[in-house]
Amino acid sequence: MSAVPSAVDTRPPASSGGAAAFWKRLRAGDEIAIATTFLSAFTVILVTAVLVFELYQKSAISRHAFGWSFLTSTTWDPVAGNFGALPFIYGTLVTTALAMIVGIPLGVGAAIFLAELAPPLLSSALSFLIELLAAVPSVIIGLLGIFVMIPILQQIVPPVQDKLSWIPLFSGPFYGVSLFTAGVVLAIMILPFIISISREVILSVPNDQREGALALGATRWETTWNVVVPYARKGIAGSIFLALARAMGETMAVTMVVGNDPKIAHSLMAPGYSIAAVIANEFAEATGDLYQGALIELGLVLFGVTIIVNGAARLLVMSTEKRGSS
Amino acid sequence: MSPSPPRNTPWNRIRRKSVNAIMLTLTGVCTIFAAGILVFILGYLFIHGARSLNWNFFTKLPTPVGETGGGMANAILGSAKLLLVATMVGVPIGFLGGVYLAEFGGGGFSFLVRYVTDLLNGVPSIVMGIFAFSIIVLPQKHFSTLAGGLALGIMMIPIAIRSSEEFLRNVPLALREGSMALGASKARAIWSVVIPAAKAGLITGIMLNLARVAGETAPLLFTAFGNRYWSPGWEQPTASLPVMIYTYAISPYDDWHQQAWSAGFVLLAMVLSVNIISRVILAKKGPALR
Amino acid sequence: MTSHVSRVLAILLAVGCASAALAQQLLINGAGATFPYPIYSKWFDEYHKKFPKISFNYQSIGSGGGIQQITAGTVDFGASDGPMNDKQIQEFKEKRGSNILHFPTVLGADVPVYNIRGVTGQLNFTPEALAGIFLGKITKWNDPAITGPNPGVNLPNAPIVVVHRSEGSGTTYCWTDYLSKISKDWETKVGRGTSVSWPVGLGGKGNEGVSGQVKQVNNTLGYVELVYAVQSKMTYGKVKNSAGEFVAASLEGVTAAAGSVKDMPADFRVSITNPPGKTAYPISTFTWLLVPDKIADPAKKKAIVDFLHWMLTTGQTMTSALDYAPLPKTVVAKEEKAIAKIM
Repeated sequence: MSAVPSAVDTRPPASSGGAAAFWKRLRAGDEIAIATTFLSAFTVILVTAVLVFELYQKSAISRHAFGWSFLTSTTWDPVAGNFGALPFIYGTLVTTALAMIVGIPLGVGAAIFLAELAPPLLSSALSFLIELLAAVPSVIIGLLGIFVMIPILQQIVPPVQDKLSWIPLFSGPFYGVSLFTAGVVLAIMILPFIISISREVILSVPNDQREGALALGATRWETTWNVVVPYARKGIAGSIFLALARAMGETMAVTMVVGNDPKIAHSLMAPGYSIAAVIANEFAEATGDLYQGALIELGLVLFGVTIIVNGAARLLVMSTEKRGSS
Repeated sequence: MSPSPPRNTPWNRIRRKSVNAIMLTLTGVCTIFAAGILVFILGYLFIHGARSLNWNFFTKLPTPVGETGGGMANAILGSAKLLLVATMVGVPIGFLGGVYLAEFGGGGFSFLVRYVTDLLNGVPSIVMGIFAFSIIVLPQKHFSTLAGGLALGIMMIPIAIRSSEEFLRNVPLALREGSMALGASKARAIWSVVIPAAKAGLITGIMLNLARVAGETAPLLFTAFGNRYWSPGWEQPTASLPVMIYTYAISPYDDWHQQAWSAGFVLLAMVLSVNIISRVILAKKGPALR
Repeated sequence: MTSHVSRVLAILLAVGCASAALAQQLLINGAGATFPYPIYSKWFDEYHKKFPKISFNYQSIGSGGGIQQITAGTVDFGASDGPMNDKQIQEFKEKRGSNILHFPTVLGADVPVYNIRGVTGQLNFTPEALAGIFLGKITKWNDPAITGPNPGVNLPNAPIVVVHRSEGSGTTYCWTDYLSKISKDWETKVGRGTSVSWPVGLGGKGNEGVSGQVKQVNNTLGYVELVYAVQSKMTYGKVKNSAGEFVAASLEGVTAAAGSVKDMPADFRVSITNPPGKTAYPISTFTWLLVPDKIADPAKKKAIVDFLHWMLTTGQTMTSALDYAPLPKTVVAKEEKAIAKIM
């Protein structure tokens, strides 16, 4: 048959080698696109590497002075020059865990409601405002924590505590500032991230998934929980990782409500201290290379803790992926 | 082996229906809780902050305690400048990185990038400030807007990458394949089809990012420092709303406390307006934003 | 979209560059203590009104921050509630190649604040009581060490909840310096510093954190700056000074404490806690400006020297209005001479 003129070039593509093909791809932008985006992704690794290097260098004096015992020592004595990280590691882990336990169900629940059940106008408006919550400066949340939340907690907690005080986790006198208060404040601070991103991700689940489930007779909830949410699982997990990072690194608000006591208590109601809070509190006033070095070493330790916690969380997510569908 | 479907007995139907009702109500409760907290915080800020807001606040420089008529004009401009630098640093790197992970990525390198991004996100803001101090301020021997903007910009990168990747991934494969079937190169497909389709989510990500960074104090203490006066150009220390809030809130003076609340309110209003304006502008072009 | 963005960028760049014209202003940067921030900002503002081309930009990032930044050379002067120690002075000399000078500016004081249901007046505290409470040795409000000096006051049989500062601060330095002087036990077990390892107590961030804790929890005892207590209208206790008198902190009492120092060292680095003198308030402290003795830029040098003279004369008249105690005349006279050391 004679060649049919057509708008589409139906000739077989040039071989993937050769100068002509290279220029073709370049003009089409693919190589440039890959190169620039790759460089950007690489920049993240580069910046982080430089950051870790700086932390490592500036904490040298403290690392040489204490070695590994820095991680197990519970003393924090700036006058004597004796520093240890354990109480802060404990505080960071506990407050973050609390924040996650409170924040994830609240956040995902609200995201589900906003994405599935709320009328679109209400959903957009509320979501808009919840994003705004992320902009409230940490200092102001801290102030609200002191002036509003602590008095409220001082009314609510003691009666409840009386009934539960046989559990060591809830024992001891409650002064308002505590690991528990800090956990709750952190939960509030991470809500915008979880809600906003999860809502967007759930909204973008294709409707045919929902319709399919409903057609099979599932209730609204069953559709959402068993079909939509698993489909959106990766995005929701992503938002949780963002929230986790924020909770571990939050400084100002935590330091105003956590009690700032570098001790390890077995009760959640006791005051505590977190790594980010102690660095923020003491760095500006820290004079002397050992003191500053110890604080920077704490920053390095936090980095290490984040690596471990993140790794554990990822393993958790990956294990659920194997079990679930899609 | 998938589990067998629930039997269609009346009891089962009732059970499923009640679970449905309860769980859906619970999600509503979660939302009320979240919205309630939010409304409370915003309301508190509004009541305390808007009260003493006047024209002076937006046009005058700060005055010492006890003197009325002062304002935070330099802090408002300073925050705007800092956020501009931060956005120009953080968003392109983050966005392009996200494009890489979503479109070209896969395998070990992408896993590493994601992991490292999460780690960077977890760095406390004070440590970021100390870092920016060591690499910019110390060698230059002076504080500057650029140093502050850079510190904030680096903080923006992780969220920008994560959210960009997330929302680009959500664009159905069909759209990509469709455009490539029409002869577009991969880059063209991404630029003309995928990114616009992910617009809503991408904007959400950027706004959330900007919001978070706008309220950060600790990184600015050692980089942008602070300034009681106007800060010309980009190489001098500059005032910013979060630092002013911090300084005034810890003082013993009621007048300054009042100004701290006002500053918090103005900060929120600034973030909200940028949010609204950008959505309006981008809604004019292309598919409707949610 | 790109046209919008580029338009906005162009405007902002123009603003940025146009305002660079303002750069004929002489900007002098300083950093340090938070305690004197209100009075410093008043001074610098007044000075700017007098000399509009000179702008002193002072930021309160903390005493330690002030020492850090002046040593690093990123600011023109520093400010600290606690004097630099020999090691820090040596470090400054090595890094900047000149000496650092201390100039006292105003005086401050720490006061004990408390919250006990039913107790509204001013309690009397002896040095032994304060040390014992903060060491955790005296644990109840009705301990004889406290009830002794307070006859007629109904102190409850309740545990004392101690509140201290959580972050490093000059306020803590003053308080622990005093405790170290009046209690050997404290000096060996804890010592003095902007941040110490407290034997007991809750930590509050900043004066407002401590006062917040004290107000919200019953049976608390904490310490805050005098300025803060006065401005927030808190009740604070009297402290027994070395002459045996129970003195409530006041501007006069604080100035008397500074004036009673027998030998003011030439570099003004002196602690004035627990001084002699009948009217002296024992928990007082200077706060200092840290100025290098060699300033390269002649315009900056002139501005700083002029300002210091102004501060010692006109500046001192503005302190009482803001509840800061002015320097005693003897110290002022000595400082006027010391300014000549700046080359």
